[in-house]
Amino acid sequence: MSKTLKDPTHRRYNRMVKAMTPGSNYLQGYARAFWVGGLICAVGQLLSLFGEKILGLPEGSDAMFTSIALIFLGVLLTGLGVYDDIGRYAGAGSIVPITGFANSMASPAIEFRREGLVLGVGAKLFTVAGPVLVYGLSASIAAGVIYWLMGRLS
Amino acid sequence: MALFLTFLKAFVVGGLICCVGQALLMHTQLTSARILVLFVVSGVALTALGLYKPLVDFAGAGATVPLLGFGYSLAMGAMQGARSSGLLGAVTGGLVRTAAGIASAVVFGLLAALLFKPHAKR
Repeated sequence: MSKTLKDPTHRRYNRMVKAMTPGSNYLQGYARAFWVGGLICAVGQLLSLFGEKILGLPEGSDAMFTSIALIFLGVLLTGLGVYDDIGRYAGAGSIVPITGFANSMASPAIEFRREGLVLGVGAKLFTVAGPVLVYGLSASIAAGVIYWLMGRLS
Repeated sequence: MALFLTFLKAFVVGGLICCVGQALLMHTQLTSARILVLFVVSGVALTALGLYKPLVDFAGAGATVPLLGFGYSLAMGAMQGARSSGLLGAVTGGLVRTAAGIASAVVFGLLAALLFKPHAKR
Protein backbone atom coordinates (compact mmCIF):
# COMPACT_ATOMS: atom_id res chain seq x y z
CA MET A 1 0.00 0.00 0.00
CA SER A 2 2.66 2.50 1.02
CA LYS A 3 4.75 1.55 -1.98
CA THR A 4 1.96 2.23 -4.46
CA LEU A 5 1.12 5.56 -2.81
CA LYS A 6 4.73 6.74 -3.21
CA ASP A 7 4.71 5.88 -6.88
CA PRO A 8 4.02 9.21 -8.67
CA THR A 9 2.07 7.54 -11.45
CA HIS A 10 -0.24 5.94 -8.90
CA ARG A 11 -0.64 9.22 -7.05
CA ARG A 12 -1.54 11.01 -10.24
CA TYR A 13 -3.92 8.22 -11.15
CA ASN A 14 -5.61 8.42 -7.74
CA ARG A 15 -6.01 12.16 -8.14
CA MET A 16 -7.57 11.64 -11.56
CA VAL A 17 -9.98 9.02 -10.22
CA LYS A 18 -10.98 11.37 -7.43
CA ALA A 19 -11.59 14.23 -9.84
CA MET A 20 -13.57 12.09 -12.28
CA THR A 21 -15.73 10.23 -9.73
CA PRO A 22 -19.28 11.56 -10.03
CA GLY A 23 -21.36 12.42 -6.99
CA SER A 24 -18.43 13.78 -5.05
CA ASN A 25 -20.36 17.02 -4.79
CA TYR A 26 -21.73 16.62 -1.27
CA LEU A 27 -23.67 19.88 -1.16
CA GLN A 28 -25.64 18.92 -4.24
CA GLY A 29 -26.38 15.51 -2.72
CA TYR A 30 -27.83 17.13 0.38
CA ALA A 31 -29.83 19.70 -1.60
CA ARG A 32 -31.42 17.02 -3.76
CA ALA A 33 -32.18 14.70 -0.82
CA PHE A 34 -33.66 17.66 1.06
CA TRP A 35 -36.07 18.94 -1.55
CA VAL A 36 -37.23 15.59 -2.90
CA GLY A 37 -37.59 14.06 0.58
CA GLY A 38 -39.31 17.20 1.82
CA LEU A 39 -41.66 17.21 -1.15
CA ILE A 40 -42.68 13.57 -0.54
CA CYS A 41 -43.45 14.49 3.08
CA ALA A 42 -45.45 17.51 1.93
CA VAL A 43 -47.46 15.23 -0.39
CA GLY A 44 -48.05 13.02 2.66
CA GLN A 45 -49.31 16.06 4.56
CA LEU A 46 -51.66 16.88 1.68
CA LEU A 47 -52.99 13.30 1.60
CA SER A 48 -53.50 13.37 5.36
CA LEU A 49 -55.49 16.63 5.12
CA PHE A 50 -57.47 15.22 2.21
CA GLY A 51 -58.32 12.12 4.26
CA GLU A 52 -59.26 14.13 7.31
CA LYS A 53 -61.19 17.07 5.81
CA ILE A 54 -62.63 15.72 2.56
CA LEU A 55 -63.08 12.00 3.19
CA GLY A 56 -63.93 12.71 6.83
CA LEU A 57 -61.78 9.87 8.16
CA PRO A 58 -61.66 9.55 11.96
CA GLU A 59 -58.53 10.37 13.98
CA GLY A 60 -55.88 7.73 13.30
CA SER A 61 -57.45 6.49 10.07
CA ASP A 62 -56.12 9.49 8.16
CA ALA A 63 -52.57 8.33 9.02
CA MET A 64 -53.40 4.85 7.69
CA PHE A 65 -54.91 6.38 4.56
CA THR A 66 -51.77 8.45 4.04
CA SER A 67 -49.50 5.40 4.41
CA ILE A 68 -51.58 3.32 2.02
CA ALA A 69 -51.77 6.10 -0.58
CA LEU A 70 -48.03 6.85 -0.44
CA ILE A 71 -47.17 3.15 -0.63
CA PHE A 72 -49.49 2.84 -3.63
CA LEU A 73 -47.75 5.77 -5.33
CA GLY A 74 -44.30 4.37 -4.48
CA VAL A 75 -45.14 0.96 -5.92
CA LEU A 76 -46.81 2.45 -9.02
CA LEU A 77 -43.82 4.69 -9.78
CA THR A 78 -41.52 1.71 -9.23
CA GLY A 79 -43.52 -0.38 -11.68
CA LEU A 80 -43.41 2.39 -14.27
CA GLY A 81 -39.64 2.64 -13.81
CA VAL A 82 -39.86 6.25 -12.66
CA TYR A 83 -38.80 5.66 -9.06
CA ASP A 84 -35.38 4.44 -10.19
CA ASP A 85 -34.84 7.80 -11.89
CA ILE A 86 -35.97 9.67 -8.79
CA GLY A 87 -33.61 7.51 -6.72
CA ARG A 88 -30.63 8.25 -8.92
CA TYR A 89 -31.34 11.97 -8.62
CA ALA A 90 -32.36 12.24 -4.98
CA GLY A 91 -30.39 9.54 -3.15
CA ALA A 92 -31.67 9.24 0.41
CA GLY A 93 -34.47 11.68 -0.43
CA SER A 94 -36.14 8.76 -2.17
CA ILE A 95 -34.96 5.96 0.18
CA VAL A 96 -35.90 7.33 3.60
CA PRO A 97 -39.61 8.18 3.03
CA ILE A 98 -42.17 5.35 3.17
CA THR A 99 -42.33 5.44 -0.65
CA GLY A 100 -38.72 4.19 -0.57
CA PHE A 101 -39.78 1.29 1.63
CA ALA A 102 -42.51 0.48 -0.92
CA ASN A 103 -39.92 0.71 -3.68
CA SER A 104 -37.59 -1.64 -1.80
CA MET A 105 -40.37 -4.26 -1.77
CA ALA A 106 -41.76 -3.85 -5.28
CA SER A 107 -38.51 -3.39 -7.16
CA PRO A 108 -36.86 -6.80 -6.44
CA ALA A 109 -40.26 -8.53 -6.68
CA ILE A 110 -40.71 -7.20 -10.23
CA GLU A 111 -37.11 -7.91 -11.18
CA PHE A 112 -37.16 -11.54 -9.96
CA ARG A 113 -40.62 -12.36 -11.32
CA ARG A 114 -39.00 -14.80 -13.75
CA GLU A 115 -37.69 -16.88 -10.84
CA GLY A 116 -41.26 -17.84 -10.07
CA LEU A 117 -44.15 -16.75 -7.89
CA VAL A 118 -42.90 -18.31 -4.68
CA LEU A 119 -39.11 -17.86 -4.53
CA GLY A 120 -39.12 -15.01 -7.06
CA VAL A 121 -41.96 -12.64 -6.19
CA GLY A 122 -42.92 -13.98 -2.77
CA ALA A 123 -39.43 -14.10 -1.31
CA LYS A 124 -37.95 -11.03 -3.00
CA LEU A 125 -40.74 -8.79 -1.72
CA PHE A 126 -39.01 -9.16 1.65
CA THR A 127 -35.38 -8.66 0.63
CA VAL A 128 -35.30 -5.35 2.47
CA ALA A 129 -38.72 -5.36 4.16
CA GLY A 130 -37.78 -8.61 5.95
CA PRO A 131 -34.85 -7.17 7.90
CA VAL A 132 -36.78 -3.93 8.48
CA LEU A 133 -39.70 -5.86 9.99
CA VAL A 134 -37.50 -8.26 11.97
CA TYR A 135 -35.58 -5.51 13.73
CA GLY A 136 -38.34 -2.90 13.84
CA LEU A 137 -40.91 -5.31 15.25
CA SER A 138 -38.45 -6.82 17.73
CA ALA A 139 -37.45 -3.36 18.93
CA SER A 140 -41.12 -2.36 19.32
CA ILE A 141 -41.86 -5.50 21.36
CA ALA A 142 -38.85 -4.74 23.56
CA ALA A 143 -40.15 -1.18 24.01
CA GLY A 144 -43.66 -2.44 24.77
CA VAL A 145 -42.45 -5.02 27.31
CA ILE A 146 -40.20 -2.49 29.08
CA TYR A 147 -43.10 -0.04 29.15
CA TRP A 148 -45.34 -2.76 30.61
CA LEU A 149 -42.73 -3.69 33.24
CA MET A 150 -42.32 -0.04 34.26
CA GLY A 151 -46.09 0.23 34.63
CA ARG A 152 -46.10 -2.83 36.90
CA LEU A 153 -43.25 -1.61 39.06
CA SER A 154 -44.55 1.89 39.64
CA MET B 1 -51.33 30.93 6.46
CA ALA B 2 -51.60 28.25 9.13
CA LEU B 3 -52.12 25.75 6.33
CA PHE B 4 -49.01 26.97 4.53
CA LEU B 5 -47.04 26.65 7.77
CA THR B 6 -48.23 23.05 8.20
CA PHE B 7 -46.85 22.18 4.77
CA LEU B 8 -43.66 24.13 5.32
CA LYS B 9 -42.98 22.28 8.59
CA ALA B 10 -43.63 18.90 6.96
CA PHE B 11 -41.36 19.84 4.04
CA VAL B 12 -38.45 21.14 6.12
CA VAL B 13 -38.47 18.44 8.82
CA GLY B 14 -38.98 15.65 6.28
CA GLY B 15 -36.21 17.10 4.12
CA LEU B 16 -33.81 17.32 7.07
CA ILE B 17 -34.47 13.71 8.09
CA CYS B 18 -33.68 12.67 4.50
CA CYS B 19 -30.45 14.66 4.74
CA VAL B 20 -29.44 12.53 7.73
CA GLY B 21 -29.95 9.50 5.48
CA GLN B 22 -27.99 11.21 2.71
CA ALA B 23 -25.10 11.84 5.12
CA LEU B 24 -25.03 8.13 6.00
CA LEU B 25 -25.19 7.24 2.31
CA MET B 26 -22.32 9.52 1.30
CA HIS B 27 -19.99 9.33 4.30
CA THR B 28 -20.36 5.72 5.42
CA GLN B 29 -20.36 2.35 3.68
CA LEU B 30 -23.96 1.68 4.75
CA THR B 31 -26.23 0.31 2.02
CA SER B 32 -29.79 1.56 1.65
CA ALA B 33 -31.17 -1.61 3.29
CA ARG B 34 -29.04 -1.01 6.38
CA ILE B 35 -30.06 2.64 6.47
CA LEU B 36 -33.74 1.65 6.40
CA VAL B 37 -33.24 -0.84 9.26
CA LEU B 38 -31.29 1.78 11.21
CA PHE B 39 -34.04 4.37 10.71
CA VAL B 40 -36.85 2.07 11.81
CA VAL B 41 -35.01 0.88 14.93
CA SER B 42 -33.98 4.47 15.73
CA GLY B 43 -37.61 5.52 15.34
CA VAL B 44 -38.66 2.86 17.85
CA ALA B 45 -35.94 3.89 20.31
CA LEU B 46 -36.60 7.64 20.02
CA THR B 47 -40.33 7.06 20.48
CA ALA B 48 -39.81 4.81 23.51
CA LEU B 49 -37.66 7.54 25.06
CA GLY B 50 -40.45 10.03 24.41
CA LEU B 51 -38.35 12.11 22.03
CA TYR B 52 -40.15 11.48 18.74
CA LYS B 53 -43.76 12.25 19.65
CA PRO B 54 -43.03 16.00 20.03
CA LEU B 55 -41.56 16.02 16.51
CA VAL B 56 -44.65 14.28 15.13
CA ASP B 57 -46.88 16.82 16.88
CA PHE B 58 -44.78 19.62 15.38
CA ALA B 59 -44.16 18.43 11.83
CA GLY B 60 -46.98 15.95 11.08
CA ALA B 61 -46.21 14.04 7.90
CA GLY B 62 -42.68 15.47 7.94
CA ALA B 63 -42.01 13.14 10.87
CA THR B 64 -44.36 10.23 10.06
CA VAL B 65 -43.59 9.74 6.35
CA PRO B 66 -39.83 9.02 6.74
CA LEU B 67 -39.05 5.50 7.96
CA LEU B 68 -38.42 6.89 11.45
CA GLY B 69 -42.18 7.34 11.47
CA PHE B 70 -42.69 3.63 10.82
CA GLY B 71 -40.64 2.98 13.94
CA TYR B 72 -42.73 5.60 15.73
CA SER B 73 -45.96 3.77 14.78
CA LEU B 74 -44.52 0.41 15.85
CA ALA B 75 -43.43 1.73 19.24
CA MET B 76 -46.61 3.75 19.87
CA GLY B 77 -48.67 0.67 19.03
CA ALA B 78 -46.64 -1.55 21.37
CA MET B 79 -46.82 0.93 24.25
CA GLN B 80 -50.54 1.59 23.77
CA GLY B 81 -51.09 -2.17 23.58
CA ALA B 82 -49.17 -2.62 26.83
CA ARG B 83 -51.36 0.00 28.47
CA SER B 84 -54.67 -1.43 27.27
CA SER B 85 -54.07 -5.20 27.27
CA GLY B 86 -50.86 -5.83 29.20
CA LEU B 87 -48.04 -8.06 28.03
CA LEU B 88 -50.03 -9.50 25.12
CA GLY B 89 -50.74 -5.98 23.87
CA ALA B 90 -47.03 -5.12 24.09
CA VAL B 91 -46.31 -8.00 21.69
CA THR B 92 -49.17 -7.40 19.23
CA GLY B 93 -49.57 -3.61 19.38
CA GLY B 94 -46.80 -2.71 16.95
CA LEU B 95 -48.14 -4.85 14.15
CA VAL B 96 -51.75 -3.87 14.81
CA ARG B 97 -50.93 -0.20 14.39
CA THR B 98 -48.83 -0.69 11.25
CA ALA B 99 -51.02 -3.40 9.69
CA ALA B 100 -52.51 -1.11 7.04
CA GLY B 101 -49.09 -0.09 5.74
CA ILE B 102 -47.57 -3.58 5.79
CA ALA B 103 -50.62 -5.25 4.23
CA SER B 104 -50.91 -2.67 1.47
CA ALA B 105 -47.17 -2.81 0.71
CA VAL B 106 -47.38 -6.61 0.35
CA VAL B 107 -50.50 -6.57 -1.83
CA PHE B 108 -49.44 -3.64 -4.04
CA GLY B 109 -45.96 -5.16 -4.38
CA LEU B 110 -47.44 -8.49 -5.44
CA LEU B 111 -49.77 -6.84 -7.97
CA ALA B 112 -46.90 -4.75 -9.35
CA ALA B 113 -44.76 -7.87 -9.82
CA LEU B 114 -47.60 -9.51 -11.75
CA LEU B 115 -48.50 -6.47 -13.86
CA PHE B 116 -45.20 -4.77 -14.67
CA LYS B 117 -42.27 -5.96 -16.71
CA PRO B 118 -38.79 -5.43 -15.27
CA HIS B 119 -37.04 -2.31 -16.50
CA ALA B 120 -33.51 -2.44 -17.78
CA LYS B 121 -31.09 -0.99 -15.25
CA ARG B 122 -29.53 2.13 -16.63
